[in-house]
Amino acid sequence: MTPGLWELVLRGVWVTVQLLVLSALLATAVSFVVGVARTHRLWIVRFLAGCYTEVFRGTSALVMIFWVFFVMPLLLGWQLVPLWAGTLALGLTYGAYGSEIVRGALGAVDPAQREGGIALGFTPWQRLRLVLLPQAVPEMIPPFSNLLVELLKGTALVSIMGMGDLAFSGHLVRLALQESAEIYTYILLIYFVIAFLLTRGMRGLERRLKEGVGQRPARGGGGPARPAPTGAGTGGAA
Amino acid sequence: MNWDWSVVSDFMPYFRDGLLVTLQVLVIGSVVSFSLGLVWALLTRVPSRWVTWPVGAVTEFVRNTPLLVQLFFLFYVLPEWGLTFSALTTGVIGLGLHYSTYTMQVYRAGIEGVPVGQWEAATALNLPLRRTWTAVILPQAIRRVVPALGNYVISMLKDTPLLMAITILEMLGEARLFSQQNFQYTEPLTVIGIAFIVISYLASLALRALERRLAH
Repeated sequence: MTPGLWELVLRGVWVTVQLLVLSALLATAVSFVVGVARTHRLWIVRFLAGCYTEVFRGTSALVMIFWVFFVMPLLLGWQLVPLWAGTLALGLTYGAYGSEIVRGALGAVDPAQREGGIALGFTPWQRLRLVLLPQAVPEMIPPFSNLLVELLKGTALVSIMGMGDLAFSGHLVRLALQESAEIYTYILLIYFVIAFLLTRGMRGLERRLKEGVGQRPARGGGGPARPAPTGAGTGGAA
Repeated sequence: MNWDWSVVSDFMPYFRDGLLVTLQVLVIGSVVSFSLGLVWALLTRVPSRWVTWPVGAVTEFVRNTPLLVQLFFLFYVLPEWGLTFSALTTGVIGLGLHYSTYTMQVYRAGIEGVPVGQWEAATALNLPLRRTWTAVILPQAIRRVVPALGNYVISMLKDTPLLMAITILEMLGEARLFSQQNFQYTEPLTVIGIAFIVISYLASLALRALERRLAH
């Protein structure tokens, strides 16, 4: 591996990180909008959000990427920059998975909390913002952490379109060196390190958010979680 | 928007070939991942750190790196090591190996979910270890993990298009081939997109039915 080839790999890492951050932001926005819409009181809103989830979960992310790259330009008459096209395809697909996490976590909040909000005369929006979300969000972090690693692995798919991400750099280096084992081992290791950093970061975030609502996070190694302290909590509708 | 039904009918023979390959890969890949996952899960219970630690490290690594890069690795590196397989075999190995690291966790949860009393009863009856596993623990563990394993079949279905990258002509590969020959992208890509939705919907219906039958 010459320095020039390493530079190519580093540029690939940078594209992968950009793509990861942008599509994670889009996926988070989609998750919350669709996930909350699935708990809406109007059936038509719930139905449309449900259709979104089924369609985007049902198709393969790679098929979505092909669709955004090849079909959208024909239908709409304009083409996105590769980075944005990749972000759009990945964000919409993984957002559909995320919306189920948001829905599940909102459903898991004690019904009495919602009733309490109603009794205090909160509007639905206030209830969501002040009562439900602060308690649901910490519960979402572990599944979101898994999803983030899935998204990282999904970013490799855009390399098929020739976007210069990490997987694509690996491909180029392989062509240059005519030697596969070394470069692909490095590429896999780099992905693993990024995934490891992501899971660590998310665990820290979970701890901080749970402290915010007076709960203790479950220990990493499995085993039953300690019952959360009840009674006069510090969070909730303070 | 210009949708042309004649393109759809021209695409049909390609679509049928691709569908057959996709389903074939899916079935064999599932069998590989279900059996390999069980092997991993049993190995993590061997009472020796020399076995559990490497198994844990390898499966953790496989789970956290992209399937696409793993497929490239297998496809280009195995021949260098003197192992030559067809693209289809390499693809099935890659897919099965990747998903076995997920099914492993499912089995593990299933095994841990068997009540301790069952183990104690097997000890009380003086069953040998082998019989304890095959006659007492596994039948109960596997029965409760079938729905969770089914989820991975659907995930695997949606990862089969990656095999296109290592020259396997499954549905997406056929669609790309057809598109490039005819300069028609909209219809083939939409048709296979819908096909994926339909197959995964049918699979989830089948799973729900199976789940209901297995429930007491």
